[in-house]
Amino acid sequence: MSKAFQYTGLTLSYLLKTAILIIFVFPFLWMISTSLQTYRETLSYPPTLIPALPQWINFVDAMSAGPFPTYAKNSITITLSIIAIQLLVMIPAAYAFAKYRFAGKNVLFSLVLLAFMIPGQVTFIPVYLMMADWGIAKTLLPQIIPFMSNAFGIFLLRQYFMQIPEEIVEAARLDNASEFTIMRKIMVPMSMPALATIALFSFVSHWNDYFWPLIMTDSAAIRPLTLGIAMLRETEGISNWHIIMAGNVVLVIPILVVYLFCSKQIVKAFVYSGIK
Amino acid sequence: MDKKRLGELFRPYLMIAPAMAGICLFVLYPIIFLGYLSLYDYNLMNKAKSKFIGFENFAEIFSRGDFYKSLSNTVIYTAGVVVLTLLLSLVIAVWLSKKSKFNVFVQAGIFTPHVVSIVSIALVWLWMMEPNLGFLNYVLKALGLPPSQWLQSSESALMSVILVSVWQGIGYYVLIIVAALQSISPSIYEAAALDNASKLKVFWKITLPMISPQLFFILVIMTIGSFKVFDTVKVMTGGGPNNATNTLVYYIFENRTTNIGYASATGVVLMMIIALLTFVYFRLLSRRVHYQ
Repeated sequence: MSKAFQYTGLTLSYLLKTAILIIFVFPFLWMISTSLQTYRETLSYPPTLIPALPQWINFVDAMSAGPFPTYAKNSITITLSIIAIQLLVMIPAAYAFAKYRFAGKNVLFSLVLLAFMIPGQVTFIPVYLMMADWGIAKTLLPQIIPFMSNAFGIFLLRQYFMQIPEEIVEAARLDNASEFTIMRKIMVPMSMPALATIALFSFVSHWNDYFWPLIMTDSAAIRPLTLGIAMLRETEGISNWHIIMAGNVVLVIPILVVYLFCSKQIVKAFVYSGIK
Repeated sequence: MDKKRLGELFRPYLMIAPAMAGICLFVLYPIIFLGYLSLYDYNLMNKAKSKFIGFENFAEIFSRGDFYKSLSNTVIYTAGVVVLTLLLSLVIAVWLSKKSKFNVFVQAGIFTPHVVSIVSIALVWLWMMEPNLGFLNYVLKALGLPPSQWLQSSESALMSVILVSVWQGIGYYVLIIVAALQSISPSIYEAAALDNASKLKVFWKITLPMISPQLFFILVIMTIGSFKVFDTVKVMTGGGPNNATNTLVYYIFENRTTNIGYASATGVVLMMIIALLTFVYFRLLSRRVHYQ
């Protein structure tokens, strides 16, 4: 093969890869572009790619179409509470499953695995009825407590804990360290990558969640951002795409910023989550 | 002393208690409750009026056309998503498998839709697929192709939803396949090169069998995941036009307030399908797939 031929091949490969990249990135650029257009520009043919004058007012319009500060506050409260509770519940459980021997351990652990496989799309009706029964349907709790046990997290963290040598734990016990101290001073610091992975994965999936909040909420006071943005189509009219896209940008940007800074961690989290 | 030993005996149970409580309350008990509800004509307003009707809900499910419509939509959707995603992600992954900065960058780009909420994805594509002003029809017209009605015609709606799901999911599967490809030992390829094996033959005889466990894993999680499709449908089509995109979970969702018993029975059917798929997965995993 001649050199020139090789170079054309290489250039072609770069061009094609760039084309693929564009297919996956363009819709986001299109969203941002539309969010800055006037209504008239969204109607133009051929479509406007770059708005003549960025219409920042669209964001104001979108955010005043509903109680968006409340939605944002709810999204943040829900996501952070879930992560905090999950970690508190998960660490001792993973520690016990990794480092203790007790009767019924295997049966109990297989229940964790079973929980891993049952999706919310199957259990949502009974869980909703329970929440209504308990009288907490009008609070944020139905969007938080059903996720207290993160089965995937327990599973992954247990793997990590099992790799920590028994000798270290024994040495700490000889030094009269309590089990709580061992967890706090040895297990947790030594499994930071796993904890970060689990927390990031939880953050992404619950910040983005649409199905569960849709089932569990019937008033604006407890809705998260995803629902608020999806409702823009009803409140703003189906043809006001510049406003809808502005709202959409608000929903996407936090996740994209997190992705930009920890893309490696997030990618790892997703790949792990698949490996059961 | 005795007290201390007793404490040690109970300690592990105490440590797993919160986690197990969560699992029992929000997974195991709801499954039992779901089964119970499925046997009732359940009255939400007045529980005393709920009536035990045995398997009548199930009999109704299997005699209703709209259930079969949503089931067949779900099956078509699943088949479409699985086949397209598997083929495309395999091609892209093979193509991006060389370790280079640019390839990693492209992978990260393709993965982006996966971290974004389906609500956003659905809204953006809804706008792109708008028949009169949307970007997609503009591109089609510019290329001299006939425009499509996309989500607004019952003929193309399901295909459009499939397209969006494939677009969103593909980055994840590319990552998994790339990781699998990179874990194949180069010495195997070197041996093949010594034997003068053609590129295509190397792919069919070496690469594909070597990554078959991961491909199989992808196949299963994609199938199970696709059976649960809801968000895209809810935001983009609302099951329409004319039930063309009504899927199982959406069907359950629609019936959840008007007919709880019936919706629960459909939920039981969905659970059975997922259980069956999971079971088949584990059975086949231990047999068919080539491990080396």
